[in-house]
Amino acid sequence: MKAWLTALTVLLCSGLALALGGAMLALPEFAVRLPAQVTANLDTSGVSHPVTAVLLNFRGYDTLLEVAVLLLALLGVFALSRHADEHAPRATPAHPVLQTLARLLAPLMVLVAGYLLWVGAHAPGGAFQAGAVLAAAGVLLRLAGLLPAWAQPGRLLRGGLALGLLVFLAVAVAGLPQGSLLHYPVSMAGALILLVEAGLTLSIGLTLAGLYLASAGAKR
Amino acid sequence: MSAALLYALAGAALFAIGLAGLLLQPHLLRKILAFNILGSGAFLILVGLGQRDGIIDPVPQAMVLTGIVVAIAATALALALARQLLDLTGQMRLPEDRPDTEPADD
Amino acid sequence: MTDFPDPLPWLIVLPLLWGTLAFLLGPGRGGRLAIAAIALQGVLALQLAGQLLDDGSRVYAVGGWGAPLGIDLMADGLAAVMLLLTQAVALPLAVFARGYFAASPKGRELFWPLTGFLLAALNALFVSADLFNIYVTLELLGLAAVGLVAIAGGRQPVTAAMRYLFATLLGSGAYLLGVALIYGSYGSVSLAVLTPLLTSEAPLAVTLAAALILTGLLLKTALFPFHFWLPPAHGGAPAPVSALLSALVIKASFYLVLRLWLELFAPLATVAAAQLIGALGAAAILWGSWLALTQTRLKMLVAYSTVAQVGYLFLLFPLATLVPLGAADSAVQGGVMQAVAHGLAKAAMFAAAGSMIVATGRDDIGRLGGVGARLPLTLFSFGLAGVTLMGLPPSGGFSAKWLLLMAALESGQWWWVAVMIAGGLLTAAYVFKVLRRAFLPVAEGDRVTRVPRTLEFSAFALALAAILLGLFGAPLLELLAVGRAA
Repeated sequence: MKAWLTALTVLLCSGLALALGGAMLALPEFAVRLPAQVTANLDTSGVSHPVTAVLLNFRGYDTLLEVAVLLLALLGVFALSRHADEHAPRATPAHPVLQTLARLLAPLMVLVAGYLLWVGAHAPGGAFQAGAVLAAAGVLLRLAGLLPAWAQPGRLLRGGLALGLLVFLAVAVAGLPQGSLLHYPVSMAGALILLVEAGLTLSIGLTLAGLYLASAGAKR
Repeated sequence: MSAALLYALAGAALFAIGLAGLLLQPHLLRKILAFNILGSGAFLILVGLGQRDGIIDPVPQAMVLTGIVVAIAATALALALARQLLDLTGQMRLPEDRPDTEPADD
Repeated sequence: MTDFPDPLPWLIVLPLLWGTLAFLLGPGRGGRLAIAAIALQGVLALQLAGQLLDDGSRVYAVGGWGAPLGIDLMADGLAAVMLLLTQAVALPLAVFARGYFAASPKGRELFWPLTGFLLAALNALFVSADLFNIYVTLELLGLAAVGLVAIAGGRQPVTAAMRYLFATLLGSGAYLLGVALIYGSYGSVSLAVLTPLLTSEAPLAVTLAAALILTGLLLKTALFPFHFWLPPAHGGAPAPVSALLSALVIKASFYLVLRLWLELFAPLATVAAAQLIGALGAAAILWGSWLALTQTRLKMLVAYSTVAQVGYLFLLFPLATLVPLGAADSAVQGGVMQAVAHGLAKAAMFAAAGSMIVATGRDDIGRLGGVGARLPLTLFSFGLAGVTLMGLPPSGGFSAKWLLLMAALESGQWWWVAVMIAGGLLTAAYVFKVLRRAFLPVAEGDRVTRVPRTLEFSAFALALAAILLGLFGAPLLELLAVGRAA
């Protein structure tokens, strides 16, 4: 690329940073303040951790769409991995120490994931953190050569991947007769959120692992 | 100036660095990293400015969690595309020639 | 007041559901399910439009919380028009896609799930009244579109998808930064809460946010000079995907630009900014049409035609900003009419182009000889779609351009009229370039095979709808007026 174009881009980006910084130093008082509203409605949200309450109740609709985004990315990766080079070398088995370690760690990671899922209701944690730990277990097992790659997911695997979104959609639709999409009755809010999060943990774990296992497909 | 505002200012710098990287770096992996830096900048601004009055605000924190998952999804798709491109062209960069003059390969 | 089942949430839930089910069914499955579900979505969109005509625009609090704590959906006339367009384009295209992938199976494995998510993203975006929620729908839409571009594999489509992904991520990055600045300024992302707060004395951060959000969206709409990613992505994808992307996906970001410009950011709008956007639109019309004329591949020609037709959409901004009320009204009507007419006509054109490519076995304008004799209905559909793009009566394109013309004359901005006429002539030139070739006899050594009936009729239905829009556009304009301050 031409040097003057590079210089111009750098100049413009620096200008943007300065403008942003200047603008941030000259902000008025907030016109709306949500933390108080979150606290005031926390009792009826079904959980006691404010971030979880926002994520799965007040703004649960964002999370519903975000779960769809995650599954969608995996669909894109699957679409690409279908065209992957089939003549690539096969994975070589990992060192026995790594294999033993992975075998020992994987069950522990599942346990940690379960704990994170449960603790999310009142402390930092929840489905995404738990799913990420599950996925890490999957990647570790793959690196140790204990899991096959996933170019063509079977029916059971597809079911596991879709489960979280389907449970979430079912809970969302169950709210319709009570008034609106994703409306949780106060008495059942905690249980419904736990149900959604349990489904999500499994599917997010599988999806995140799949993003690695599917694109790690033929080669490696 | 509150500590939260400091995060937001750092976010502005990160966004600009990421933007420059995305525009200037030809290597696809660097472009993908630059996009993540840009995204992190926006997230820092969202959380930082949201609590610039010193009151902890869970709403932007939840939004950023959503945003992070979206960014992971986009990054994964980008990596899969980059890898596929490497398999097809042997290069980790977008072809420089005008896209409309490329011959169809189907 | 609301019927049961309420169409508004189901328009979002239904495509998510069938997209997921299509994935569960397995590679390449789910076409029939999709067609049935999209037909149902069409009924829901009509039902919603009926509600709006009777009772005015609607606000829907997801989870029952209400803004600013929760997320609100809002359906007004503009949103309903876009919802109707989406389902009306998607249904014939789904029929087309089933036939197309039966004849040309490359990329069919994940077409249906990705399309389900794409339609869910569109429907959710059109009714969202929350800036951050719109960000999530934009990402859902962008990733679905990129995935669809890449489904057939191959060097050109994967390169195009990669470039498209960077463009769309950069666009949503700028959008997200704008949302962060707005939340940081006011403490809310709800459009209904923000609109009264945002005045012409807004802090610098909000002006910056408006610029970032609009620029990001213009990049996603591929307005000149941000059009670089569009032709390879739309021209390289399988024909049903090209049609979905050109007809609907770019309209989503255009819709957001329009809504934000007219509502949230209206106090910040200046004549200079509006003229700049209009000038970019004019440049897109001339440059895109010219490049379309020079293409040798049929789908690239149609893709460059999209670059040009996007330009017409943006002529509405100078014509609707700080001008007499009557002119502004007909400018908005003309712009929206153009979005609808182009959506229908471009879907028809890509579908017809896809049929021609299946029939001739190659994507080459120079080798179209014989298509006129073997695929008369397909060629007729291509021509009808061309009539709409040129803006000839009695098509929907004519109504759109007529309304824009009226607005230009009423607000004394004659220069846009010259651009529109020049664009119309160039459009005629590239449409006739294709028609002329197609009426030639088959070249020696070439073969033109027949294509399934469903391919021909679905393209024809879309092209016919674009023409009928010109004759029966009045109810659409009546719907558009719902919820807009007169």
